[in-house]
Amino acid sequence: MTAELPGQLEEIRDDFLALTTKERLQLLLEFSTELPELPARYAEHPDLFERVTECQSPVFITVEVGDDHLVQLFAMAPREAPTTRGFASILVQGLSGLDAQTVLDVPDDFPSSIGLTEAVSPLRIRGMTGMLGRIKRQVREKL
Amino acid sequence: MTVEVDSNPRFSDFAHPERLVSGEWLEPRLGTPGLVVVESDEDVLLYETGHIPGAVKIDWHTDLNDPVERDYIDGAAFAALLGSKGITRDTTVVIYGDKNNWWAAYALWVFTLFGHADVRLLDGGRAKWEAEGRPYTTESESAETVDYPVVEREDAPIRAYKDDVLAHLGKPLIDVRSPEEYTGDRTTAPAYPEEGALRAGHIPGAQNVPWGKAVADDGTFKPLADLNAVYREGAGLRDGDDIVAYCRIGERSSHTWFVLTHLLGFEGVRNYDGSWTEWGSAVRVPIAIGTEPGSAR
Repeated sequence: MTAELPGQLEEIRDDFLALTTKERLQLLLEFSTELPELPARYAEHPDLFERVTECQSPVFITVEVGDDHLVQLFAMAPREAPTTRGFASILVQGLSGLDAQTVLDVPDDFPSSIGLTEAVSPLRIRGMTGMLGRIKRQVREKL
Repeated sequence: MTVEVDSNPRFSDFAHPERLVSGEWLEPRLGTPGLVVVESDEDVLLYETGHIPGAVKIDWHTDLNDPVERDYIDGAAFAALLGSKGITRDTTVVIYGDKNNWWAAYALWVFTLFGHADVRLLDGGRAKWEAEGRPYTTESESAETVDYPVVEREDAPIRAYKDDVLAHLGKPLIDVRSPEEYTGDRTTAPAYPEEGALRAGHIPGAQNVPWGKAVADDGTFKPLADLNAVYREGAGLRDGDDIVAYCRIGERSSHTWFVLTHLLGFEGVRNYDGSWTEWGSAVRVPIAIGTEPGSAR
Protein backbone atom coordinates (compact mmCIF):
# COMPACT_ATOMS: atom_id res chain seq x y z
CA MET A 1 0.00 0.00 0.00
CA THR A 2 1.43 3.31 -1.04
CA ALA A 3 -1.69 5.45 -0.77
CA GLU A 4 -1.68 8.13 1.90
CA LEU A 5 -4.19 7.46 4.62
CA PRO A 6 -5.44 9.99 7.13
CA GLY A 7 -3.77 9.43 10.48
CA GLN A 8 -6.68 7.90 12.37
CA LEU A 9 -7.42 5.46 9.55
CA GLU A 10 -3.78 4.58 9.15
CA GLU A 11 -3.61 3.82 12.85
CA ILE A 12 -6.55 1.43 12.56
CA ARG A 13 -4.96 -0.30 9.59
CA ASP A 14 -1.62 -0.67 11.35
CA ASP A 15 -3.34 -2.05 14.45
CA PHE A 16 -4.97 -4.76 12.37
CA LEU A 17 -1.86 -5.57 10.36
CA ALA A 18 0.20 -6.02 13.52
CA LEU A 19 -2.02 -8.93 14.58
CA THR A 20 -2.42 -12.56 13.58
CA THR A 21 -5.47 -13.49 11.53
CA LYS A 22 -7.28 -14.79 14.59
CA GLU A 23 -6.49 -11.72 16.66
CA ARG A 24 -7.78 -9.52 13.85
CA LEU A 25 -11.21 -11.07 14.29
CA GLN A 26 -11.05 -10.20 17.98
CA LEU A 27 -10.16 -6.63 17.18
CA LEU A 28 -13.03 -6.44 14.70
CA LEU A 29 -15.29 -7.70 17.46
CA GLU A 30 -14.02 -4.94 19.74
CA PHE A 31 -14.82 -2.40 17.07
CA SER A 32 -18.30 -3.84 16.75
CA THR A 33 -18.97 -3.24 20.43
CA GLU A 34 -17.70 0.31 20.13
CA LEU A 35 -20.12 1.46 17.44
CA PRO A 36 -21.48 4.62 19.03
CA GLU A 37 -25.14 4.95 19.89
CA LEU A 38 -26.99 7.31 17.60
CA PRO A 39 -27.63 10.84 18.80
CA ALA A 40 -31.28 11.43 19.65
CA ARG A 41 -31.96 13.38 16.48
CA TYR A 42 -31.27 10.25 14.47
CA ALA A 43 -32.37 7.55 16.86
CA GLU A 44 -35.98 8.52 16.19
CA HIS A 45 -35.53 9.02 12.44
CA PRO A 46 -34.36 5.85 10.76
CA ASP A 47 -35.80 7.27 7.52
CA LEU A 48 -32.82 9.64 7.32
CA PHE A 49 -30.46 6.71 6.81
CA GLU A 50 -29.32 4.99 3.65
CA ARG A 51 -29.26 1.21 3.59
CA VAL A 52 -25.97 -0.37 2.52
CA THR A 53 -27.23 -3.13 0.26
CA GLU A 54 -23.77 -4.57 -0.29
CA CYS A 55 -23.83 -5.86 3.27
CA GLN A 56 -25.53 -9.12 4.07
CA SER A 57 -27.06 -7.76 7.24
CA PRO A 58 -29.03 -4.57 7.53
CA VAL A 59 -26.76 -1.61 8.12
CA PHE A 60 -27.71 2.00 7.67
CA ILE A 61 -25.48 5.04 7.38
CA THR A 62 -25.83 8.75 7.20
CA VAL A 63 -23.27 11.48 6.77
CA GLU A 64 -23.21 15.10 7.90
CA VAL A 65 -20.90 17.66 6.35
CA GLY A 66 -20.67 20.83 8.43
CA ASP A 67 -20.11 24.39 7.23
CA ASP A 68 -16.47 23.84 8.12
CA HIS A 69 -16.47 20.84 5.70
CA LEU A 70 -15.86 18.43 8.55
CA VAL A 71 -17.55 15.05 8.18
CA GLN A 72 -19.58 13.28 10.83
CA LEU A 73 -20.66 9.74 10.17
CA PHE A 74 -23.45 7.79 11.86
CA ALA A 75 -24.29 4.14 11.42
CA MET A 76 -26.63 1.59 12.86
CA ALA A 77 -26.52 -2.17 12.55
CA PRO A 78 -28.09 -4.91 14.64
CA ARG A 79 -26.20 -6.67 17.41
CA GLU A 80 -26.80 -9.98 15.62
CA ALA A 81 -24.56 -8.71 12.83
CA PRO A 82 -21.26 -8.06 14.62
CA THR A 83 -19.14 -8.24 11.47
CA THR A 84 -21.18 -5.57 9.78
CA ARG A 85 -21.21 -3.50 12.96
CA GLY A 86 -17.45 -3.85 13.13
CA PHE A 87 -17.03 -2.60 9.57
CA ALA A 88 -19.29 0.36 10.29
CA SER A 89 -17.46 1.13 13.50
CA ILE A 90 -14.07 1.15 11.78
CA LEU A 91 -15.33 3.67 9.27
CA VAL A 92 -17.09 5.80 11.90
CA GLN A 93 -13.94 5.95 14.02
CA GLY A 94 -11.66 6.30 11.03
CA LEU A 95 -13.53 8.97 9.11
CA SER A 96 -15.50 11.08 11.57
CA GLY A 97 -14.10 14.51 12.11
CA LEU A 98 -12.05 14.49 8.93
CA ASP A 99 -12.20 17.14 6.26
CA ALA A 100 -14.57 16.19 3.43
CA GLN A 101 -11.85 16.13 0.80
CA THR A 102 -9.73 13.90 3.01
CA VAL A 103 -12.61 11.43 3.20
CA LEU A 104 -13.04 11.52 -0.57
CA ASP A 105 -9.32 10.84 -1.00
CA VAL A 106 -9.38 7.64 1.06
CA PRO A 107 -8.50 4.83 -1.35
CA ASP A 108 -11.55 2.81 -2.36
CA ASP A 109 -9.65 -0.38 -1.60
CA PHE A 110 -9.02 0.58 2.02
CA PRO A 111 -11.22 -2.31 3.25
CA SER A 112 -8.99 -4.82 1.47
CA SER A 113 -5.86 -3.33 2.96
CA ILE A 114 -6.42 -3.98 6.65
CA GLY A 115 -5.68 -7.67 6.65
CA LEU A 116 -9.24 -8.86 7.15
CA THR A 117 -9.81 -10.46 3.78
CA GLU A 118 -8.45 -13.78 4.92
CA ALA A 119 -10.13 -13.64 8.31
CA VAL A 120 -13.63 -12.84 7.13
CA SER A 121 -13.45 -13.79 3.40
CA PRO A 122 -13.40 -11.54 0.35
CA LEU A 123 -17.16 -11.72 -0.10
CA ARG A 124 -17.81 -10.26 3.31
CA ILE A 125 -15.23 -7.52 2.84
CA ARG A 126 -17.28 -6.31 -0.11
CA GLY A 127 -19.86 -5.07 2.35
CA MET A 128 -17.34 -2.65 3.81
CA THR A 129 -16.27 -1.52 0.36
CA GLY A 130 -19.91 -0.78 -0.41
CA MET A 131 -20.21 1.17 2.82
CA LEU A 132 -17.18 3.31 2.03
CA GLY A 133 -18.46 4.01 -1.49
CA ARG A 134 -21.82 5.14 -0.18
CA ILE A 135 -20.23 7.33 2.48
CA LYS A 136 -18.16 9.09 -0.16
CA ARG A 137 -21.17 9.59 -2.39
CA GLN A 138 -23.11 11.14 0.48
CA VAL A 139 -20.17 13.42 1.27
CA ARG A 140 -20.09 14.57 -2.35
CA GLU A 141 -23.81 15.24 -2.34
CA LYS A 142 -23.66 17.20 0.89
CA LEU A 143 -20.65 19.34 0.12
CA MET B 1 -25.17 -43.44 17.10
CA THR B 2 -23.33 -42.43 20.19
CA VAL B 3 -25.90 -40.13 21.78
CA GLU B 4 -29.58 -41.05 21.99
CA VAL B 5 -31.96 -39.31 19.64
CA ASP B 6 -34.38 -36.59 20.68
CA SER B 7 -37.74 -38.30 20.91
CA ASN B 8 -39.60 -34.99 20.97
CA PRO B 9 -43.06 -35.62 19.49
CA ARG B 10 -42.68 -32.50 17.32
CA PHE B 11 -40.20 -34.46 15.21
CA SER B 12 -41.79 -37.89 15.20
CA ASP B 13 -43.75 -37.42 11.96
CA PHE B 14 -40.64 -36.62 9.97
CA ALA B 15 -38.93 -39.23 7.84
CA HIS B 16 -35.70 -38.94 9.83
CA PRO B 17 -36.54 -37.46 13.22
CA GLU B 18 -33.08 -38.39 14.45
CA ARG B 19 -31.74 -35.47 12.39
CA LEU B 20 -33.29 -32.84 14.65
CA VAL B 21 -32.81 -31.92 18.27
CA SER B 22 -34.59 -29.36 20.41
CA GLY B 23 -33.19 -26.93 22.94
CA GLU B 24 -34.79 -28.85 25.79
CA TRP B 25 -32.98 -31.97 24.62
CA LEU B 26 -29.65 -30.28 24.04
CA GLU B 27 -29.22 -28.08 27.10
CA PRO B 28 -29.06 -30.87 29.70
CA ARG B 29 -26.77 -32.90 27.43
CA LEU B 30 -24.11 -30.24 26.90
CA GLY B 31 -20.76 -31.72 27.75
CA THR B 32 -21.86 -35.31 27.12
CA PRO B 33 -18.92 -37.37 25.84
CA GLY B 34 -19.39 -38.18 22.17
CA LEU B 35 -21.45 -35.04 21.52
CA VAL B 36 -19.99 -31.93 19.89
CA VAL B 37 -22.05 -28.82 19.21
CA VAL B 38 -20.99 -26.78 16.18
CA GLU B 39 -22.03 -23.22 15.42
CA SER B 40 -22.06 -22.17 11.78
CA ASP B 41 -23.23 -18.66 10.92
CA GLU B 42 -23.51 -16.21 8.14
CA ASP B 43 -21.84 -13.62 10.37
CA VAL B 44 -18.30 -14.78 11.04
CA LEU B 45 -18.15 -12.97 14.40
CA LEU B 46 -21.46 -13.98 15.88
CA TYR B 47 -19.98 -16.99 17.66
CA GLU B 48 -17.55 -14.70 19.47
CA THR B 49 -20.37 -12.54 20.82
CA GLY B 50 -21.79 -15.55 22.65
CA HIS B 51 -22.41 -19.20 21.84
CA ILE B 52 -23.79 -22.36 23.36
CA PRO B 53 -21.39 -23.45 26.12
CA GLY B 54 -18.80 -25.83 24.75
CA ALA B 55 -19.78 -25.26 21.12
CA VAL B 56 -17.03 -25.00 18.51
CA LYS B 57 -17.17 -22.76 15.46
CA ILE B 58 -16.97 -23.80 11.82
CA ASP B 59 -17.18 -21.05 9.24
CA TRP B 60 -18.42 -21.83 5.74
CA HIS B 61 -16.10 -19.33 4.03
CA THR B 62 -12.92 -19.77 5.93
CA ASP B 63 -13.17 -23.42 7.00
CA LEU B 64 -15.31 -25.40 4.53
CA ASN B 65 -14.49 -23.73 1.22
CA ASP B 66 -11.21 -24.38 -0.49
CA PRO B 67 -9.27 -21.13 -0.22
CA VAL B 68 -8.31 -21.13 -3.91
CA GLU B 69 -10.57 -23.26 -6.05
CA ARG B 70 -14.34 -22.84 -5.94
CA ASP B 71 -14.92 -26.15 -4.26
CA TYR B 72 -15.11 -27.68 -0.82
CA ILE B 73 -12.03 -28.69 1.11
CA ASP B 74 -10.64 -32.15 0.50
CA GLY B 75 -10.56 -35.17 2.77
CA ALA B 76 -7.25 -34.25 4.40
CA ALA B 77 -8.35 -30.70 5.20
CA PHE B 78 -11.71 -31.93 6.50
CA ALA B 79 -9.99 -34.47 8.73
CA ALA B 80 -7.68 -31.80 10.11
CA LEU B 81 -10.57 -29.39 10.67
CA LEU B 82 -12.81 -31.85 12.45
CA GLY B 83 -9.98 -33.33 14.47
CA SER B 84 -9.08 -29.83 15.68
CA LYS B 85 -12.69 -29.36 16.81
CA GLY B 86 -12.66 -32.51 18.91
CA ILE B 87 -14.84 -34.44 16.46
CA THR B 88 -14.14 -38.10 15.73
CA ARG B 89 -15.83 -40.16 13.06
CA ASP B 90 -18.26 -41.50 15.70
CA THR B 91 -19.11 -38.19 17.28
CA THR B 92 -22.71 -37.01 17.35
CA VAL B 93 -22.56 -33.52 15.87
CA VAL B 94 -25.33 -30.99 16.47
CA ILE B 95 -25.10 -27.90 14.28
CA TYR B 96 -26.92 -24.63 14.80
CA GLY B 97 -26.62 -21.08 13.54
CA ASP B 98 -28.14 -17.77 12.59
CA LYS B 99 -30.63 -17.00 9.82
CA ASN B 100 -32.87 -20.01 10.37
CA ASN B 101 -29.94 -22.40 10.22
CA TRP B 102 -29.02 -21.62 6.58
CA TRP B 103 -25.35 -22.03 7.20
CA ALA B 104 -25.90 -24.76 9.74
CA ALA B 105 -27.76 -26.73 7.08
CA TYR B 106 -25.00 -25.96 4.63
CA ALA B 107 -22.38 -27.26 7.04
CA LEU B 108 -24.50 -30.34 7.68
CA TRP B 109 -24.66 -30.96 3.94
CA VAL B 110 -20.88 -30.63 3.63
CA PHE B 111 -20.43 -33.06 6.56
CA THR B 112 -22.67 -35.42 4.60
CA LEU B 113 -20.43 -35.14 1.53
CA PHE B 114 -17.78 -36.72 3.72
CA GLY B 115 -20.19 -39.33 5.00
CA HIS B 116 -20.19 -38.19 8.62
CA ALA B 117 -22.94 -40.44 9.94
CA ASP B 118 -24.51 -38.69 12.90
CA VAL B 119 -24.99 -35.03 12.22
CA ARG B 120 -28.11 -33.18 13.37
CA LEU B 121 -29.59 -29.70 13.40
CA LEU B 122 -30.76 -27.78 16.44
CA ASP B 123 -34.29 -26.92 15.35
CA GLY B 124 -34.77 -23.16 15.34
CA GLY B 125 -31.06 -22.37 15.54
CA ARG B 126 -29.69 -19.45 17.50
CA ALA B 127 -32.91 -17.46 17.44
CA LYS B 128 -34.95 -20.11 19.23
CA TRP B 129 -32.19 -20.93 21.71
CA GLU B 130 -32.11 -17.25 22.62
CA ALA B 131 -35.88 -16.89 22.68
CA GLU B 132 -36.02 -19.74 25.16
CA GLY B 133 -33.54 -17.95 27.40
CA ARG B 134 -30.95 -20.71 27.20
CA PRO B 135 -27.32 -20.05 28.14
CA TYR B 136 -24.54 -18.57 26.07
CA THR B 137 -20.88 -18.13 26.89
CA THR B 138 -18.13 -16.03 25.37
CA GLU B 139 -15.40 -18.42 26.46
CA SER B 140 -13.21 -19.32 23.52
CA GLU B 141 -13.36 -22.85 22.25
CA SER B 142 -11.05 -25.33 23.85
CA ALA B 143 -11.52 -28.60 22.01
CA GLU B 144 -8.80 -31.16 22.42
CA THR B 145 -7.48 -32.26 19.06
CA VAL B 146 -8.52 -35.80 18.19
CA ASP B 147 -8.03 -38.07 15.21
CA TYR B 148 -10.48 -37.84 12.37
CA PRO B 149 -9.79 -40.18 9.47
CA VAL B 150 -9.07 -38.87 5.99
CA VAL B 151 -12.22 -39.72 4.05
CA GLU B 152 -12.56 -38.57 0.47
CA ARG B 153 -15.67 -36.63 -0.38
CA GLU B 154 -18.37 -38.51 -2.18
CA ASP B 155 -20.17 -35.81 -4.12
CA ALA B 156 -22.31 -37.77 -6.54
CA PRO B 157 -25.25 -38.80 -4.31
CA ILE B 158 -26.11 -35.36 -2.97
CA ARG B 159 -24.21 -32.80 -5.03
CA ALA B 160 -25.01 -31.78 -8.59
CA TYR B 161 -22.54 -30.10 -10.93
CA LYS B 162 -23.58 -27.93 -13.84
CA ASP B 163 -23.34 -30.79 -16.33
CA ASP B 164 -25.48 -32.96 -14.06
CA VAL B 165 -28.13 -30.25 -14.08
CA LEU B 166 -28.00 -29.99 -17.87
CA ALA B 167 -28.60 -33.74 -18.05
CA HIS B 168 -31.36 -33.38 -15.48
CA LEU B 169 -33.43 -30.78 -17.40
CA GLY B 170 -37.01 -31.96 -17.62
CA LYS B 171 -36.92 -33.55 -14.16
CA PRO B 172 -37.91 -31.77 -10.95
CA LEU B 173 -35.85 -28.72 -10.06
CA ILE B 174 -36.54 -26.55 -7.05
CA ASP B 175 -35.36 -22.96 -7.16
CA VAL B 176 -35.38 -21.82 -3.55
CA ARG B 177 -34.56 -18.17 -4.21
CA SER B 178 -36.91 -15.23 -3.83
CA PRO B 179 -39.60 -14.67 -6.48
CA GLU B 180 -37.71 -11.58 -7.73
CA GLU B 181 -34.61 -13.61 -8.42
CA TYR B 182 -36.63 -16.40 -10.01
CA THR B 183 -38.48 -14.19 -12.46
CA GLY B 184 -35.29 -12.44 -13.48
CA ASP B 185 -36.01 -9.05 -11.97
CA ARG B 186 -32.77 -9.26 -10.03
CA THR B 187 -29.74 -11.51 -9.66
CA THR B 188 -29.27 -11.21 -5.92
CA ALA B 189 -31.43 -11.89 -2.92
CA PRO B 190 -33.25 -8.77 -1.81
CA ALA B 191 -30.94 -6.89 0.52
CA TYR B 192 -27.98 -9.13 -0.31
CA PRO B 193 -24.75 -8.22 -2.01
CA GLU B 194 -24.08 -8.68 -5.68
CA GLU B 195 -22.38 -12.01 -6.07
CA GLY B 196 -22.00 -11.85 -9.77
CA ALA B 197 -24.28 -13.45 -12.33
CA LEU B 198 -24.48 -12.08 -15.85
CA ARG B 199 -28.04 -13.17 -16.54
CA ALA B 200 -31.13 -13.11 -14.36
CA GLY B 201 -33.84 -15.75 -14.36
CA HIS B 202 -34.04 -19.44 -13.51
CA ILE B 203 -33.14 -22.87 -14.79
CA PRO B 204 -35.85 -23.98 -17.23
CA GLY B 205 -38.45 -26.18 -15.60
CA ALA B 206 -37.59 -25.12 -12.05
CA GLN B 207 -40.39 -24.58 -9.57
CA ASN B 208 -39.94 -21.57 -7.32
CA VAL B 209 -40.31 -22.61 -3.71
CA PRO B 210 -38.50 -20.03 -1.56
CA TRP B 211 -36.64 -21.82 1.24
CA GLY B 212 -38.52 -19.85 3.89
CA LYS B 213 -41.73 -21.73 3.09
CA ALA B 214 -40.33 -24.58 5.17
CA VAL B 215 -39.92 -22.44 8.27
CA ALA B 216 -42.41 -21.44 10.96
CA ASP B 217 -42.45 -18.01 12.58
CA ASP B 218 -40.27 -19.14 15.46
CA GLY B 219 -37.55 -20.38 13.10
CA THR B 220 -38.30 -24.09 13.53
CA PHE B 221 -39.25 -26.35 10.66
CA LYS B 222 -42.95 -26.49 9.89
CA PRO B 223 -44.86 -29.67 10.73
CA LEU B 224 -44.98 -32.47 8.19
CA ALA B 225 -48.49 -31.69 6.92
CA ASP B 226 -47.49 -28.12 6.09
CA LEU B 227 -44.30 -29.26 4.38
CA ASN B 228 -46.24 -31.77 2.33
CA ALA B 229 -48.62 -29.01 1.27
CA VAL B 230 -45.69 -26.92 0.07
CA TYR B 231 -43.54 -29.52 -1.63
CA ARG B 232 -45.86 -32.38 -2.64
CA GLU B 233 -49.12 -30.61 -3.37
CA GLY B 234 -47.61 -27.22 -4.19
CA ALA B 235 -44.51 -28.13 -6.18
CA GLY B 236 -45.78 -31.53 -7.32
CA LEU B 237 -42.86 -33.57 -5.99
CA ARG B 238 -43.51 -37.30 -5.80
CA ASP B 239 -41.74 -40.15 -4.09
CA GLY B 240 -39.09 -41.58 -6.34
CA ASP B 241 -38.40 -38.25 -8.05
CA ASP B 242 -34.83 -37.21 -8.75
CA ILE B 243 -34.73 -33.67 -7.45
CA VAL B 244 -32.14 -30.94 -7.74
CA ALA B 245 -32.36 -27.86 -5.52
CA TYR B 246 -30.41 -24.68 -6.11
CA CYS B 247 -30.24 -21.06 -5.02
CA ARG B 248 -27.49 -18.52 -5.50
CA ILE B 249 -24.45 -20.17 -3.97
CA GLY B 250 -25.96 -23.31 -2.49
CA GLU B 251 -26.59 -22.31 1.10
CA ARG B 252 -30.34 -21.69 1.07
CA SER B 253 -30.77 -24.80 -1.07
CA SER B 254 -28.85 -26.84 1.53
CA HIS B 255 -31.66 -25.88 3.87
CA THR B 256 -34.23 -27.15 1.35
CA TRP B 257 -32.09 -30.24 0.70
CA PHE B 258 -32.32 -30.98 4.42
CA VAL B 259 -36.10 -30.56 4.38
CA LEU B 260 -36.61 -32.77 1.34
CA THR B 261 -34.15 -35.45 2.41
CA HIS B 262 -34.46 -35.70 6.16
CA LEU B 263 -37.91 -34.35 6.94
CA LEU B 264 -39.91 -35.47 3.88
CA GLY B 265 -37.85 -38.55 3.13
CA PHE B 266 -37.12 -38.03 -0.56
CA GLU B 267 -34.17 -40.07 -1.71
CA GLY B 268 -31.92 -38.83 -4.44
CA VAL B 269 -32.10 -35.10 -3.73
CA ARG B 270 -29.04 -33.23 -4.87
CA ASN B 271 -27.93 -29.71 -4.06
CA TYR B 272 -26.51 -27.75 -7.00
CA ASP B 273 -24.04 -25.56 -5.12
CA GLY B 274 -22.82 -23.82 -8.27
CA SER B 275 -26.36 -22.48 -8.32
CA TRP B 276 -27.27 -19.23 -9.99
CA THR B 277 -23.84 -17.66 -9.63
CA GLU B 278 -22.59 -20.38 -11.97
CA TRP B 279 -25.63 -21.05 -14.14
CA GLY B 280 -26.45 -17.37 -14.62
CA SER B 281 -22.97 -16.71 -15.97
CA ALA B 282 -22.25 -19.94 -17.84
CA VAL B 283 -22.03 -19.75 -21.62
CA ARG B 284 -24.71 -21.53 -23.67
CA VAL B 285 -26.89 -22.90 -20.93
CA PRO B 286 -30.63 -22.32 -21.29
CA ILE B 287 -32.45 -20.05 -18.89
CA ALA B 288 -36.06 -19.01 -18.45
CA ILE B 289 -37.46 -15.72 -17.23
CA GLY B 290 -40.83 -14.75 -15.81
CA THR B 291 -43.10 -16.49 -13.37
CA GLU B 292 -43.55 -19.74 -15.33
CA PRO B 293 -41.05 -22.61 -15.01
CA GLY B 294 -40.64 -22.74 -18.78
CA SER B 295 -38.82 -25.51 -20.59
CA ALA B 296 -35.44 -25.95 -22.20
CA ARG B 297 -35.34 -25.09 -25.88
